[in-house]
Formats: sequence, C-alpha cells, structure tokens
Amino acid sequence: MRRIALLGMPNTGKSTLFNRLTGAGARVGNWPGITVDLLAAKILLGGAMIEVVDLPGIYNLHGFSEDEQVVRRFLESQPVNLLVLVLNASQMDRQLALPLQLRALNVPMIVLLNMADEAGRVGVRIDTERLEEVLECPVRMMSAKFGTGIEKVRECLARQIELHPKLVQADSKVIQDDQRIEQQLDTLVSESVHTPIRLPTSATDRIDQALLHPWLGLPIFFALMFLVFQVVYGLGVPLQDGLEWLLGHLKEAWLTPAVAGWPPVLQSLVVEGLFDGVGTVLTFLPIIGVFFLAMAVVEDSGYLARAAFLMDALMSRFGLDGRAFVMQIMGLGCNVPAIMGTRIMRSPALRALTMLIIPFSLCSARLQVILFVVAAVFSPSAAPAVIFSLYLMSFVMAFLTAWLMKRRYASNEPLLLEMPLLRLPTWRFLGHESWRAMRQFLRGAGGFIIVGVVLVWFLTHYPFDAVPASADTLAGHLAKLLEPVFAPLGIDRLLSIALLFGFVAKEIVIGALSVIYGVGGDDLSTLLGARLDWVQAYSFLLFTLIYTPCISTVAVLKQESKSWRLAAIAIFLPLLLAWLVSFGFYQGARALGF
Amino acid sequence: MLLSELDTLSSGTVAAIHAGQDLRRRLAGLGLRLGIRVKVMRRSPFNGPLQIRIGHTDLILRPADAAHIEVQTAAS
Repeated sequence: MRRIALLGMPNTGKSTLFNRLTGAGARVGNWPGITVDLLAAKILLGGAMIEVVDLPGIYNLHGFSEDEQVVRRFLESQPVNLLVLVLNASQMDRQLALPLQLRALNVPMIVLLNMADEAGRVGVRIDTERLEEVLECPVRMMSAKFGTGIEKVRECLARQIELHPKLVQADSKVIQDDQRIEQQLDTLVSESVHTPIRLPTSATDRIDQALLHPWLGLPIFFALMFLVFQVVYGLGVPLQDGLEWLLGHLKEAWLTPAVAGWPPVLQSLVVEGLFDGVGTVLTFLPIIGVFFLAMAVVEDSGYLARAAFLMDALMSRFGLDGRAFVMQIMGLGCNVPAIMGTRIMRSPALRALTMLIIPFSLCSARLQVILFVVAAVFSPSAAPAVIFSLYLMSFVMAFLTAWLMKRRYASNEPLLLEMPLLRLPTWRFLGHESWRAMRQFLRGAGGFIIVGVVLVWFLTHYPFDAVPASADTLAGHLAKLLEPVFAPLGIDRLLSIALLFGFVAKEIVIGALSVIYGVGGDDLSTLLGARLDWVQAYSFLLFTLIYTPCISTVAVLKQESKSWRLAAIAIFLPLLLAWLVSFGFYQGARALGF
Repeated sequence: MLLSELDTLSSGTVAAIHAGQDLRRRLAGLGLRLGIRVKVMRRSPFNGPLQIRIGHTDLILRPADAAHIEVQTAAS
C-alpha cells in the first residue's frame, strides 16, 4: 500500500483538502503507539490505490503539545511515500518555517499553498518558482474551499507517487535547531513572498467592530447562541420525536407480536431491554447530526474564536476557556452532542474539564421531569421561580465542579488562539462532520448504552416472578439498602427506584414513577401532589438535576476521552454533589420549620 | 514595555520573550518572534484577552501571557 501523509498548521484548510481528495469514504484509523484517532481514506490516484492519512495540525515539528507529539510519532513509526504539506498562502511569513523543518526529514514532499484566493485579496504575491528552488520540491497554489487548482494537485500527487514508489521512513533526529531555521525563514520570505505594507481595511475588521464591541459583543454573542440553539433543537427535536414515534410503532405493530410466543422473561428482555436500548441509541442520531452541522458553521465562520475572546475573562477564572461556555450552553438542549463538540479543543486537560461540567447543563430531558413535578406540587405562581432557580443551580454546580477540578485538569497550555478571518462556510463539506460524528457515536457509544439499558432492565425485573420495579426486585432491595442514604434527603424508597431508571435516560423518570405507583398521567400528578410536600419535591428535583448523567452522556464521555477514570469521576462526583446539595436543602428547610 | 501594557491600537516591536522554551516555540509557530511588529487590536472587557495582529495573523492571548513579552514602541 502506498501512503501519503497530509500535514500543516491548524486553520490551513488541510481537512477541507482531505475531504476534497477522499470524498466521504474516510474512516478513523488505529495506528500502533498513537493514542488519538487519525482520519484515513483509500483513494485511487493515477491507477494505484493510495492511503491518505490526515495528521493533526501542528505549528512546529518539535513542540511538545499532544498533537505535535502525535505527528512526530507517526512520522517516526509509519513509512510514507510522500508528505503533503498544506500552507496558508496569506500567512507565508510564519508558515514557511514548517517546510524548512520538514525538508530535513529526507522524505519526498510537495507543498500546497492553500487559500490562494484570500492571499490574493489581501495583496500577497508569492514566487512559487523561487520556493521550489529553495525547498527542492514541487509547490502548487490552490483553494481547497473553492476547488480551484485541485485537479493540478491530483496530477502532481500522482506523478510524485510514481517518482517515489518506495515507502520512506522519516528520521526526525536530524531536525535543525530553530535558530538556523529562523534565519533561513527570513531570507526565504523576503525572496519569495511579497506582502503589501498596509492591508486594505478588510470586511472582517469592520464586522469585528460590532462582534467584538466592548458592550455589544456579549449581547450579540448571546443572541447568536440563542439562534444556533433554536436551529439545532428546533430541527433536531422534531426529528428525534418522529424517530421515537416510528420506533414505538415498530415495537407495537411488529416486535411485540413477533415475540408473543416466547417465554415472558425473554419477551421482556427483547422488548423492554434490548429494543429500548437500541431505541435510546438511535434517537440521539438526529440531534448529533444537526448539532455538528450547526457547529461546523459556527467554527468554519471563524466565530468560535471570537466567542472564546468574549467569554474568556469569566471562564479563565474556572480553568476553562470561552469555547467551554459555548458547549455548556449547547448542553442545555442535550449533553451528548455537547460533549462530542469538545473536539474543537486541542488541550486534553481543558477538554476533560469541559466534559466534566457539561453534564450539569439542565438538558431538555431533565426539564421534562422538572416540569411534571413542578406542575404536580407547586402553585402556578411559584413555578417560574422554581424552574429558574434550578437553571441557576445548574450553572453554579458546573462552575463549582470546574473550580474543584481545575487543579487536577490544569491546562498547561496558555490560551493562544488564532482569530481567523471571518469566512463563509463551504456547504459541500458541511455534512461530513455530521456523518462522522453519528458513525462514531454508533460504534463508540452504542454498545455501552445498550448494555447499560439492559443492566437497569435486569435490576428492575429480577427475580422474574416479582412485579417489575416493585420492592421485591433487585432494584427494590437496592432501594431498601440505600434507604438510610436517601431518607435524610426526603426521598423515599419508591422515588429512589425511579432515580435508578433515570440513569438510562432522564426523561423516563416520569414513566418509571407511573410504573412504580401503578398510575399514569393526571392521576400520577395528583398522587405526587398528595404524597410530596414542596420541600421533598424540591429536594427530589435538585437531586434529579445534579446526580449522575444519563448512560448516553457517560458513554460519549468515555468514547471521547478514552479514559475510564474521567468516566468514573463523571459518574460519582455529581452523585456526591447531588447528595450534599439535597441534604443541605432538605435538612436546612426542615430546620427552619418548613 | 510589556505587551500587556501596550495601548489598544498602538504597535511595538518584540524586544524580548521571557518564557520557557515550550511557550517560546508555540509563540514562534504563530509568528510571534523577536523583531516582529505587533499591534494590539482590542481588549476583551473585564481584563479579558488581547487581540493582537502580527502581519496577516490575528492572535488571542491572555494579559498574563502577554506580560511575558517585552515590546519596544517607536517613542521609547
């Protein structure tokens, strides 16, 4: 197999080129000794199958960031036929340092100057012939975004592969020191790149006057976030509901009759365990798809870096950055895509910390439970204040967790982001990220979720002769065992069984309550109103809001972080916090005589 | 003068970078090297990050990190 490795600095359009070259056929590949996922695809080029690997964006070949180490390890362990280096043509003054370093590896290379259109617009002129002379390799101009020059690039790749049919192993020990590279860089830039002294005042600057305005910036940010949120969940939730409806019908019309002759235990396992598990996984797909579509627009447009700029003053106090806040807001719809969305962060520690705070975002599933209980127990005039206080609590818990954990997940990388020019996203590739995210969710988290759902099914159905979710089941015994733990919170045994169901998905807490009490709908509402006073109800709501996120959230957290330790923290820390907060509230309110 | 003290919309030339090798390399990778002209474009409110311009590149960095960079203004 012949192999091409694609590399370049971040924000050079490397991934856009990768998508152009490979279409939608990319897969996440595993490489020995490399811990992060790399995208790879096989393409037919000049009559031969060639594997193209997309390496992470790096600024420097001998830096110590995780991405830089990944690239170095890849080059040292995987032989390639050709390195394809993508540079941003409008930033040649610094980007040319990379080919000067790579030249020393003695691996055949071609250099692609991307964003030629943007460079031309700001008046940058590049002497590619002089560059070819000095770098001793082909140099081509192109625009990955608009596709100009792509055919020439393909031809050039095919020819170079033919010229270099042997796989070559890089020797990274020969990388020159920075001092010499800097001298060469200055000479090369002055010889080959002509930059106008004064930039024409670009449209970006004018728009940024408003977007980053000291007073208007934040209101615009919140308005935009609101808009994105409305689009994502306005589109995603109806799709999700439709899929749920479809699955419900399938279950009734097809699955239940199909298993009718089976032993009851097996029927229950298939219908209430496996099918519901698969259903839980499937219903997340529309939300993830739409979410990644919207986030690709936000990121590609260059606005994400601006959001980080606006929110950093607040977030840096908690060891986070502005992008974490964007994901926290998105988590108010659903935590699952928000956790996957932390991919935009490169620092593993910052990402881990952000993944720990997102589950506190009061998602729409928890909102359903809260609305039901509030309507059952509180007066209509008190309801808005109760709901608002829970949203407030959601942010307090997130920031408290960040503050508690920030030393453990201290990001040693300073905030050093590039603020790219504002640009229009390319519609053609918008869907790729969505596909990839949905596929990864299915493969990475799907099995985990189904196992979790079946486990809860077992707890609430075993022994099989007992009434499901009753005191005689394993769940009932567990609830009895845990009674001393939940009693001081004002949460009785039956409510604690419902919380166990909530681990599958928060919204089924209500459904579980109606199974447990044996009544549904309005009757359940009346029953709850009669059984719980407001102190108990609020304590239960606090616990529901804060405790262990649903199995799907834990599954993606594990999938994205590849860390069992982080998944364990995400399970047990909120449980502890939920207990402490509910305990404090319940005992405090009772002590005050409520 | 430190980069963090530079007035908004004024420029200076990087005279010294007081940072560990790792941060230095990252800064260099982003174009922030000795002798390069930087301009402070704006500051985020509540002592938030600075937006600085180097050639055609805009960067965001926190005041605490900008305090590691010494600049020389035309006046001084």
